[in-house]
Amino acid sequence: MTFLNRKDILWLTVLAILLLAVFPLALDAFRLNLVGKYLTYGFVVLGLVLCWGDAGILSLGQGVFFGLGGYCMAMFLKLEASTPEATKIQSTPGIPDFMDWNQITSLPWFWQPFHSLVFTILAVPLVPMLLALVVGLAMFTRRVGGTYFAIITQAVAAILTILIIGQQGYTGGVNGITDLRTLLGWDIRPDHAKIVLYFVNAGLLLGCVLLAQFVRRSKLGRILVAMRDKEDRVRFSGYDVAHFKVFVFCFAAAVAGIGGAMFTLQVGFMSPSFVGIVPSIEMVIYCAVGGRTSLLGAIYGALIVCWARTSFSEAAPQAWLLAMGSLFILVVVAFPNGLAGVYRQYVEPLVDRLMPKPMGRAPAPASAEPARIIEQGAGQ
Amino acid sequence: MFAGYSMGELGSIMAMQGFAGLILFSVFVLMALGLAIIFGQMGVINMAHGEFMILGAYVTYFTSQIFTNYLPSLFGGYFFVAVVLAFVASGSLGMLVEWALIRRLYKRPLDTLLATWGLSLVLQQVYRSVFGAREVGVDQPGWMMGATDLTDTIQIPINGIIVMVLTTVITVGVFLLIYRMGWGKQVRAVVSNRMMASAVGIDTEKVDRITFGIGCGIAGVAGSAFTMIGSTSPTAGQLYIVDTFLIVVFGGAASLAGTIASAFTISQARSTLEFFLSGSMAQVLVLLAVIMILMIRPQGLFALKVRR
Amino acid sequence: MNDFLLSVEGLTVSFDGFRAVDDLSFYLDRNEIRVIIGPNGAGKTTVLDLICGRTKATSGSVSFEGRELTKMKEHEIVRAGVGRKFQTPSIYEDLTVFENLEISFPRGRSVFGALSFKRDSVVRERVEQIARDIFLDAHLDEYAEYLSHGQKQWLEIGMLLIQDPALLMLDEPVAGMSVSERKKTAELLHRIIQHRSVLVIEHDMGFVEDIAHKVTVLHQGRVISEGSIEHVKSDPKVVEVYLGH
Repeated sequence: MTFLNRKDILWLTVLAILLLAVFPLALDAFRLNLVGKYLTYGFVVLGLVLCWGDAGILSLGQGVFFGLGGYCMAMFLKLEASTPEATKIQSTPGIPDFMDWNQITSLPWFWQPFHSLVFTILAVPLVPMLLALVVGLAMFTRRVGGTYFAIITQAVAAILTILIIGQQGYTGGVNGITDLRTLLGWDIRPDHAKIVLYFVNAGLLLGCVLLAQFVRRSKLGRILVAMRDKEDRVRFSGYDVAHFKVFVFCFAAAVAGIGGAMFTLQVGFMSPSFVGIVPSIEMVIYCAVGGRTSLLGAIYGALIVCWARTSFSEAAPQAWLLAMGSLFILVVVAFPNGLAGVYRQYVEPLVDRLMPKPMGRAPAPASAEPARIIEQGAGQ
Repeated sequence: MFAGYSMGELGSIMAMQGFAGLILFSVFVLMALGLAIIFGQMGVINMAHGEFMILGAYVTYFTSQIFTNYLPSLFGGYFFVAVVLAFVASGSLGMLVEWALIRRLYKRPLDTLLATWGLSLVLQQVYRSVFGAREVGVDQPGWMMGATDLTDTIQIPINGIIVMVLTTVITVGVFLLIYRMGWGKQVRAVVSNRMMASAVGIDTEKVDRITFGIGCGIAGVAGSAFTMIGSTSPTAGQLYIVDTFLIVVFGGAASLAGTIASAFTISQARSTLEFFLSGSMAQVLVLLAVIMILMIRPQGLFALKVRR
Repeated sequence: MNDFLLSVEGLTVSFDGFRAVDDLSFYLDRNEIRVIIGPNGAGKTTVLDLICGRTKATSGSVSFEGRELTKMKEHEIVRAGVGRKFQTPSIYEDLTVFENLEISFPRGRSVFGALSFKRDSVVRERVEQIARDIFLDAHLDEYAEYLSHGQKQWLEIGMLLIQDPALLMLDEPVAGMSVSERKKTAELLHRIIQHRSVLVIEHDMGFVEDIAHKVTVLHQGRVISEGSIEHVKSDPKVVEVYLGH
């Protein structure tokens, strides 16, 4: 695979071993499920690395896409759990319980297709991608970018949250869609199921890493970096910049949607608390801490920050918000490349020395300035 | 949803909702003014603006408590004292924040956005620890509550009038400051060409700090007004931040007149729609409308044509 | 009977009432080198901006090989064969010299084209050849931000050359260069103008005399003189404009 160089393969293997061997052996089912939950955010940060780190497009509404994917999966699972048999005590059997409580008497049209697993699996990345396409085309063809775009993504997140909460008959409202039980008859709630789902999740995540890396190492990946640096010049090199921005935004949306669906499967519900402004910005925090230009770094960032939050929340919930806010400020001001930047500056030179030299052209010189975000190895 | 009302009735409803929305409008205008100064003039995105507003609200609350406990006879006038104190408190915090954080990020607008969001989290937590997590309501003096009759069918709340007057005074003050006084020229000079401004002897750091401080101070005053329409809590600042940014962007970030017109349009649209729809649907519709309009005209409704 | 490569007619643009370019017309032949000179504020850069689509004209027409450029988007104009070099070097600092040139290679410009773009021998050879032309063949793996100012200018010229444009527009190509760099640049330009038309904005008169076929003088957004360098130098209108009233 030409888009992976030796170092990539090394670190990817390390991550794979960590996710597929170390964690499952070292952790009980409950904690493994927690890690699985953290890893679903890994999908979102992958998208952010391409969208924000590489292309410079800050989206503060990734929760929208995460949530849309999650809700698609939740709708499928809820329908499966709401068979006429299981819901015979409702005034209208065969529809989800919250619809019954809201005096809805027949399944709304947009729920109908989610009876099919095939449709659901397609919808999980495609519904978020469609929304991203609409928003992206509207914004990027009109050259709305940067901070305005970020604020508008916040507004979209706010709108979707309000809509979901407000239309509780159709969406489950503020509690979300809960009490999910089986996937095609297979019960997703017991421990052994959660372990299986964990492996599926980790495997999918590693697959998405490969996909994202393929995009980054292609000419399109270099164009994204060029766009972040000099958008005008890219236009004058013959590229329709809007199309590329739309592409990367849609990619980030689709991947986030997959994460949302895996979240629903592992945790057993989906609610608007994962859709709005606050969760969206938390996802950006994970990416920033891990390193916004490093795929693997961002995943580690998600794992570390999520784990820190769980630990803090148990011990000192007050301090957590303070810690997270301060961490964010610190990372943005002093460590713009996050943990990956620290790695590049201090650890990578050691790794380089240990690795055998690749044949052919000599490797590009490492950056002298730690604060500069540089796409290393893009040409190798 | 408009069925069943005659034209006259609709007119009265709109007028009444309009006046009832006066305070909301004032809060929006003050928030947007403060943000427009910071964003429009300095290019800094301050996502913690809501927290500066809430600080002003807390200061107002404590002022009312002090007056209630120690100066009960003067309680009727506490509000005006509170406004001044709110301005000073938020303004001072603003200057501190500018010194500690903002000035390191001037060339990186997206990063300022993120860093100030982190700041907003920190401030929310600080408020929770210092002021307590529960909501507090602020008592208003008797003479400020109630309403006067403008016509047979239209009543205006008195506190609304006071806040409007206050807002007008501040708006005029800001306008004079930016466009008439020498200091405003300095701000604009620094924004246009920092190096040259510095070369002609303008203390750019001081200008930045004071500008940011004033922007935050005005948010503090918005907080005082806010106490009349909502309860104060550590997270209440989050209520309006997205709306405020959209107002600033909608009005064309560089134009003060545009900001005011935009705040007026959006708050009135909200208030009016809230009469006919639920509160949240009203908010959604207004947000959607603003986004649509921004898509058609990304520079905002009132921006000047700029040389590309 | 218009077989000019580029026909600019009645081009006007005004910003808030100020007419930066005022009813301007000129015509460019194939394989012609035209230098545009004029005092500061004459509208020279704005003319280039208008042709390449960076600025929208208020009125007038720009016709290139029979196509109306004022109706096209920037990237379409580039694909039609117009290349523009900016006054301050506009290159991708975060990418290597090789990658800078490769991005400018005229293949795989759509999203899926870029995803599936293969760095095959055709691409490699062309990039290496252009790199030799612009004196940067020893620097292919360096990040562009570490090049000297002159080298950055050359890189940008290289990024345009690799597109093989029929019309090359250069805005002060030797600004900020040392004497030896200027000589090399003149040599480079002599080489690359063989098969294309070039429109150059320049102030350095020695350089202008060296390369120009024809000179156009702009003042306050209008053409005040046009012809060979000698003709223009002795035109009293030009003298007055440069020396003031």
